[in-house]
Amino acid sequence: MSQGIGAAVKRKEDKRFTTGKGKYTDDIRMENQAYAAFVRSPHAHARVNSIDTSAAEAMDGVIAILNGAELTGDGIGNIICGWAITSKDGSPMNMGAWSALATEKTRYVGDAVAIVIAETNAQARAAAEAVDIDYEELPVAASLAAALSDGAPQIHENAPGNIVYDWEIGENEATEAALAGAAHITKMDITNNRLSPNPMEPRSAVAIYDDAEDHYTLYTTSQNPHVARLVLSAFYNVAPEHKLRVIAPDVGGGFGSKIYIYPEEIACLWASMKTNRSVKWTSDRTEAFLTDAHGRDHVTKARMGFDQDGRIVGFKVSTKANFGAYMSLFSSAVPTYLYATLLSGTYNIPNIYCEVLGVYTNTVPVDAYRGAGRPEASYLVERMIETAAREMGKDPADLRNINFIREFPHQTPVIMNYDSGDFEGNMRQAMVAADWAGFGARKAESAMRGKLRGIGMSCYIEACGIAPSAAVGSLGAGVGLWESAEVRMNPVGTIEVLTGSHSHGQGHETTFAQVVADRFGVPIDTVQIVHGDTDKVQFGMGTYGSRSGPVGMSAIVKALDKLEVKIRKLAAHLLEASEADIVIEDGQVKVDGTNKVLAWHEVGLAAYTGHNLPEGMEPGLKEGAFYDPLNFTFPMGCFICEVEVDPQTGKTEILKFVASDDFGTIINPMIVDGQVHGGIAQGVGQAMLEEVRYSEDGQQLSASYMDYAMPRADDLPDFDVLHHSTPCTTNPLGMKGCGEAGAIGTPPAVINAITDAIGNNDLSMPATPAKVWAALNSATIAAE
Amino acid sequence: MSEIKMTVNGKPVGGDVADNMLLVEFIRETLRLTGTHVGCDTSQCGACVVHVDGKAVKSCTMLAAAADGAEVTTIEGVANGDLHPMQKAFNDNHGLQCGFCTPGMIMSGIDMVNRYKAEGKTLDEAAIRHELEGNICRCTGYHNIVKSISQAAGEM
Ligand code: FES
Ligand code: FES
Repeated sequence: MSQGIGAAVKRKEDKRFTTGKGKYTDDIRMENQAYAAFVRSPHAHARVNSIDTSAAEAMDGVIAILNGAELTGDGIGNIICGWAITSKDGSPMNMGAWSALATEKTRYVGDAVAIVIAETNAQARAAAEAVDIDYEELPVAASLAAALSDGAPQIHENAPGNIVYDWEIGENEATEAALAGAAHITKMDITNNRLSPNPMEPRSAVAIYDDAEDHYTLYTTSQNPHVARLVLSAFYNVAPEHKLRVIAPDVGGGFGSKIYIYPEEIACLWASMKTNRSVKWTSDRTEAFLTDAHGRDHVTKARMGFDQDGRIVGFKVSTKANFGAYMSLFSSAVPTYLYATLLSGTYNIPNIYCEVLGVYTNTVPVDAYRGAGRPEASYLVERMIETAAREMGKDPADLRNINFIREFPHQTPVIMNYDSGDFEGNMRQAMVAADWAGFGARKAESAMRGKLRGIGMSCYIEACGIAPSAAVGSLGAGVGLWESAEVRMNPVGTIEVLTGSHSHGQGHETTFAQVVADRFGVPIDTVQIVHGDTDKVQFGMGTYGSRSGPVGMSAIVKALDKLEVKIRKLAAHLLEASEADIVIEDGQVKVDGTNKVLAWHEVGLAAYTGHNLPEGMEPGLKEGAFYDPLNFTFPMGCFICEVEVDPQTGKTEILKFVASDDFGTIINPMIVDGQVHGGIAQGVGQAMLEEVRYSEDGQQLSASYMDYAMPRADDLPDFDVLHHSTPCTTNPLGMKGCGEAGAIGTPPAVINAITDAIGNNDLSMPATPAKVWAALNSATIAAE
Repeated sequence: MSEIKMTVNGKPVGGDVADNMLLVEFIRETLRLTGTHVGCDTSQCGACVVHVDGKAVKSCTMLAAAADGAEVTTIEGVANGDLHPMQKAFNDNHGLQCGFCTPGMIMSGIDMVNRYKAEGKTLDEAAIRHELEGNICRCTGYHNIVKSISQAAGEM
């Protein structure tokens, strides 16, 4: 069976995970290891008057208790946000200082004030509780509304009115003019609920200081260890890059929340030097809720205008985005360039204008979570068009269809240039699979049982393959978003691929090997994927934004191209043939039309012995490449959700869920489908179950699995996952990326279905039974 | 402190443990069997599931001292030379992504199949979904986990 591109090869990495041999950060234990615990603010906004550590220091096993003044005194830098956004009036964003350990003020519940190092974990935690901090409580703004109200407390001195930025994109006047001439306008107020990413492995760090070499090693739960090393070195001044090794071993899920370099890793590295001990910290789940970056949390007002025929003429959007208490690494880009640039959806919209107010609140920092900006855009666009269809009495599929973009490349009014797709083809495929036509009969059947059946679709599009470095640089990104790869063929013919991408569930050890198998016809078992260690892999930008396929694998392809050129040259020399006649297949190198052949290892051996090389050729077989994408990629798809609501209880059951996606070229359909399943589950979670809630005084009310409703197996149906692919035109394999699609396309499909079932469009996420019941009954009351 | 003795994966182990030491800590920190994971602090996620005297137990909710004299099996003790059918089924059906929930899923899956077999009940997909109430996976959407357990149920 082929193991190349398109084959549903079983995963190579599974054996260690199914036998308990995975190696996650918390599984690591060093000689001389001490444990860290953090003293965290119990108040959402408070002045720190004094820190008394005397009682804690006297406790068993305590090695050191270190605070923010000492940290900044040692020159450890403030935590940065890596994307500079410029406000409408040309002013730079108002970034408040974020120290890994708070000095004068704490700004959210969980803000770390001190780090305790002790011999055991239990001792560290006990001592952390005994640290006595005199806080002066300050007024709290724990929501967008509170932070923007008159007389709201000032969270950062340099952000008046708690405004981070007031940004815009598109043409306001043209959009207003288009709306003024519209035959129909759909207006909506939409909230995108705040979520906690919740990878099952909590964050963890093991910091190791070697005083003889003045060298640091950090094992950490990271999606991008090289970016971690870069910022730890260049901005946080922990150590220069050559004195700092960052290793992200097996990582138990990320979904965005493990992109960022958090206060804990910085503090552990610094504390390992201060104490000359290896320092380990592992978050518990409550700490994860309190400190892992949250996602979403937008409030939006929007108007979409249509002409007589139902063609969209203009779309105006005004969004307020909650940043939490500090600006996390990518936070500024999420509600701007990852959100507003997708507001054209899959539709031809001639005029779009969007303004975004970024706002500080006394809550955990908010940053990218699976989809990052694109789920917010897709929810908005797909709720708007569905609502418009209902208001205008049009079929929602027809209304979408007349507005679909059909010619490529297509330049939207909001930066993006879509390269490919067959939007109608995808929708039709999904409708057939969902038996859209037969819905009426099923609805009638449900009604006979006293149940309300509804159907909803979404035709999302998103942007992946982040991103062309010069383009994002011009938009304010602090880094380039290329990827690197190195391919080494060993003397025995086995191959190592070193990649800057990082796998934390995506199956790179299998799919990346498939790309090599496809090229040379070698078995995937002879290919080893090396990732996650800054000492092994030269550099990389990591894994997020569904970029490991379109960007990471493209870098591997470029390196393979170079390797192949050398192999051909060498083989032509050894076989006394012309390079043009060399054929590489089934792990052999042959001369076309002859019986001359070299076994794969013979090529390797010849390259490494160097006994008989072509004139001027260097020994060895090792090639590297940096791939900088030419454009974003644009995965799209149509999701259809069919639900049944019990009017007595408001409980919604998903009866059928169809996803038809265009991911371009698919390397391993089994793994791609798995990514879609997981994304849909998170999308259903957002739509029906999950929400981070804060009390007015900034206490997180949903900080455990008792209170935060994670999707369970019986909340979800079997998923029907289909593909309808058009290859991406801007990268060598034609890949678009598949990691986030499920989370992006699902929420609008679910809410469109539930609102269809209950006949009331006024329903916010998460659509819990209580909310659905209330919406149903208010609709009934209104009708009476 | 209490002195405990138990059998873990067929081997006798023991030692002095603090009275508040959890079984999961004993397994991970004392025995250094790190396949058993900790994903929450409220007994919800099931990443820590092991078998105690043949029954699935969340090892974060049991004191090490309470397992004195017990037969404990962890994920490391499940394969008997070859992979257990449940382990193989997870590989066959892509029932795992990041792998963090997987040991608990496999231990719960084996227990579920054994219980249904013993009671002569059929473990259909609806029953599997219901039985997985105490195991959270954030990666797979459960679709392939259900398939995996279903396959193993047919083979065990
Ligand atoms: S760690 Fe035991 S249930 Fe979560
Ligand atoms: S595979 Fe990652 S949590 Fe289940």
